[in-house]
Amino acid sequence: MSRSAALPIEVAARHETPVTAAPDELRSDLRLIADMIEPGTRVLDIGCGDGALLAYLARVKAVDARGIELSQSGVNAGVRHGLSVIQGDADRDLEAFPNGAFDVVVLSQTLQATRQPRLVLEELLRIGKRAIVSFPNFGFWRVRLSLFFRGRMPVTEILDNSWYDTPNIHLCTIRDFVVMCDEIGTRIERSLTLDRHGRPYALDPRGGLANLLAEQGVFVLSGRMDDR
Amino acid sequence: MSILTAPGVRPRGDWPGHSLVVDEKLTLDCAVELGPFTIAYQTYGTLNPERSNAILICHALTGDQYVADPHPITGNPGWWKTLVGPGGVLDTDRYFLICANVVGGCMGTTGPKEINPATGEPWALDFPVLTIRDMVQAQKRLIDHLDIDQLFCVIGGSMGAMQALQWASTYPDSVFAAVPIAGAARHSAQNIAFHEVGRQAIMADPDWCGGRYLSLGRNPSRGLAVARMAAHITYLSEAALHRKFGRNLQDRRAVTYGFDADFQVESYLRHQGSTFVDRFDANSYLYITRAMDYFDLAAEHGGSLPAAFAGRQPRFCLISFTSDWLFPTAESRALVHALNAVAANVSFVEIETDKGHDAFLLHEPELFATLRGFLTGCAEHRGVTRFWRSGG
Repeated sequence: MSRSAALPIEVAARHETPVTAAPDELRSDLRLIADMIEPGTRVLDIGCGDGALLAYLARVKAVDARGIELSQSGVNAGVRHGLSVIQGDADRDLEAFPNGAFDVVVLSQTLQATRQPRLVLEELLRIGKRAIVSFPNFGFWRVRLSLFFRGRMPVTEILDNSWYDTPNIHLCTIRDFVVMCDEIGTRIERSLTLDRHGRPYALDPRGGLANLLAEQGVFVLSGRMDDR
Repeated sequence: MSILTAPGVRPRGDWPGHSLVVDEKLTLDCAVELGPFTIAYQTYGTLNPERSNAILICHALTGDQYVADPHPITGNPGWWKTLVGPGGVLDTDRYFLICANVVGGCMGTTGPKEINPATGEPWALDFPVLTIRDMVQAQKRLIDHLDIDQLFCVIGGSMGAMQALQWASTYPDSVFAAVPIAGAARHSAQNIAFHEVGRQAIMADPDWCGGRYLSLGRNPSRGLAVARMAAHITYLSEAALHRKFGRNLQDRRAVTYGFDADFQVESYLRHQGSTFVDRFDANSYLYITRAMDYFDLAAEHGGSLPAAFAGRQPRFCLISFTSDWLFPTAESRALVHALNAVAANVSFVEIETDKGHDAFLLHEPELFATLRGFLTGCAEHRGVTRFWRSGG
């Protein structure tokens, strides 16, 4: 059995097999998210995949990291590597958590695959003091061009499924997302827009340029204004 | 089967392994005081100097303490032998494994077939009706006797899962991690119904004699065999039965237009029933099934399942199997939600298999990998390291 990144660092060091999620191998948007998380906090990663972010946070930042993942293979990989992961999904399994159960709730590249994105976002803000949400920008110029010139549903690097087998049922643009945040009344504490290579642009997320140039957006949200 | 080979006549103390006589009485949920009582148990591996590496393995309804030893009656390999050993999932170079026969059982722990000191006869139906909490309370006495403050882990499948959950709920400070496999927070109506069929089969056997069969030199083996046959179906799945047997005939080319075991599946069930009666006591079957029926963690806490885990909780790893219709995934998921409600540290894995409820006893690589990962992760947190072995 191969050892993985999920093991605490001192264990991993004893095994010569390379650690799968060394800091610089973390997916670019996950790396950015990891940098936004304070050490020693309680974090829930919804749609945690194989647990790469969880493993990194637990190992490098001593975070009390939990995960929820829909795919059985993802959950099994996470638990097999010593992570706390439950099989479930954002639409169904958040309501059991108490208010403010986590310092940070992460939803990376998953919002667009939920049945009720707005409800999910409200749940994130209920169970977490902060929410970090990343999603593909459907307003990205390549997406627009693909639809405009080819007349086909766009297939890009991060939206790599055909329309008939995509799990992404609620795609949105950065502007759409900002509008929803305003409607919910949440505060956007911080936002990043990323280019094709996962490098951040210094663009205002509310501006038209960010909505055109960014392939993905990463938002840090906190509380609902009507709660304050 | 001759009476002389009936499990009931095996002399007390004649079981391989350890046994502990607890003098202090146990106050049972039915308000009866039981004691002194005997707990028969097995251990594997070595308790570390910190006494922090003990895993309590809880056996299922018809299981026993012989986790990794040949069964003393049947000679079959231990029921979790594939998991236990140096370097195994339940690594005996790292953990100290304990498994005790439950109270009410028939493998050396006090149960209805043992002698009632008040009468000099086997207890039979004078034995008090038990609950899962009673079983766990008895196990706690054993753990105290072994001078272990906190178990590293309590693990078990089916009724073993119920015990693991009960441990986590009743003695949260005494458990670092809990692994309920193919379990539930309560026994469902359907499960109670199946148990009732089994009990009625036993009680309908004329050799049951109102439960006094041991004193009368008889054994309700036909009733117990039928109970086992019915129960065994619930441990499998339609797909597994079809895969194993289909409609294949047993040693014949055509149906016989009679009531012999024409089909392989009939022959298999009859075999399951007839071998079971050699190793199990009918009254124990009544008492243990009843304990499972009564299990309802939420009811113990005013109807609130999260309340059963309020306060400090161990780390949890829940595991269910896709084809288990006796303890379906929904039962484990309800537990996960309750544990989430109290912000417990919980992992939950549903494993894809067609082997039904019995999957927890069978070769399931995904189960093994999950257990190994969870336990290794917990061991790192708890600082439980492997013993140094020369040449190992």
